[in-house]
Amino acid sequence: MSLTKQSELHRRRDGRNKMVALCLVAFMALLVALSLTKLRTSGATEGFDHVVRPALEGVSE
Amino acid sequence: MSNVSIDPTEYDASFGDYFALLKPRVMSLVVFTALVGLLAAPSSLHPVEAFSAVLFIAIGAGASGALNMWWDADIDAVMKRTVGRPIPSGRVTPDAALSIGTALSGLSVVMLGLATNWHAAGWLAFTIFFYVVIYSMWLKRSTPQNIVIGGAAGAFPPLVGWVAATGSISVEAVLMFAIIFMWTPPHFWALALFTRMDYDDAKVPMLTVTHGRPSARKHIFVYSILLTVLAIAAGFTAIGGPLYLAVALVCSFILMRDALKIMRRDDDAAEADNYAVEKSFFKFSLWYLFALFMAILIGALTAQWGLGGWT
Repeated sequence: MSLTKQSELHRRRDGRNKMVALCLVAFMALLVALSLTKLRTSGATEGFDHVVRPALEGVSE
Repeated sequence: MSNVSIDPTEYDASFGDYFALLKPRVMSLVVFTALVGLLAAPSSLHPVEAFSAVLFIAIGAGASGALNMWWDADIDAVMKRTVGRPIPSGRVTPDAALSIGTALSGLSVVMLGLATNWHAAGWLAFTIFFYVVIYSMWLKRSTPQNIVIGGAAGAFPPLVGWVAATGSISVEAVLMFAIIFMWTPPHFWALALFTRMDYDDAKVPMLTVTHGRPSARKHIFVYSILLTVLAIAAGFTAIGGPLYLAVALVCSFILMRDALKIMRRDDDAAEADNYAVEKSFFKFSLWYLFALFMAILIGALTAQWGLGGWT
């Protein structure tokens, strides 16, 4: 394979890798934004733990 | 075919080659109709959730496109319209298309469920299954009604968008589905009329081949009538309104006029003007669908000024 073909192949591969990286970063940003949105719009989120939580009394009945 | 083939051992696919697997032009239509379904719904989502919903519906549609290209690579290779697609041209391997289609299908369904609700995710999963298995694998090569069946797959996005926003189905969502469902067959039969050799060579049982071209011309007319009825009926529901109804009436009149012309003429007349009427119908039908959904969208966004809905 000639040098020209090699460099063309590498250039294309480099471009592809950068675009995949960009997609992954955008996906992570979307996950963060979506998580924050869910937390803000779903109201108070409380779960049972090992401490008595009067606010949650009666929820499980 | 051979003049566009590439030796796979000397070619490393670019990002654009993989993106082409997702059928970007179809995806743009999916984005638009899903967005209309989502925004026309009576309940609203947070902008981030709405963006995610449309994005993952589009990715799901793209994934089903990749799986369709994987399955149909053999017939794509003999049709002029599809020979340049990534697999028949040798730019992407069939295995890569299968992997990308499968992975993106799973990702889109799970993410739509997490972003909105699992009812919408279920519909998206069904859409992908319907397009890939029921249409591509099963019915496309075995029935001349293949376009009718395939049309259903393309008709789901506004319904999925609506369910993503509301969590349930309503008559308006079903009507948006029905409009695209009824729009698809005449649109593609018109295309088949002026690209006849392609479908013959690929041995796809298009209506124009199995039942003859005069029959296809009648089918275009009948489906245009049904489409007109549905388009006008939607005008009297919550997604309708004065603006939508006006657009539906004007566009349906033009569509019916062209459909009537197609039914009344034969191939000799069509060849004399190089299928001008069929080509015109094909192009206008794209504008027809765009205009209807744009009217629904504008109606939904301007409801408080009386353009959308009935008070």
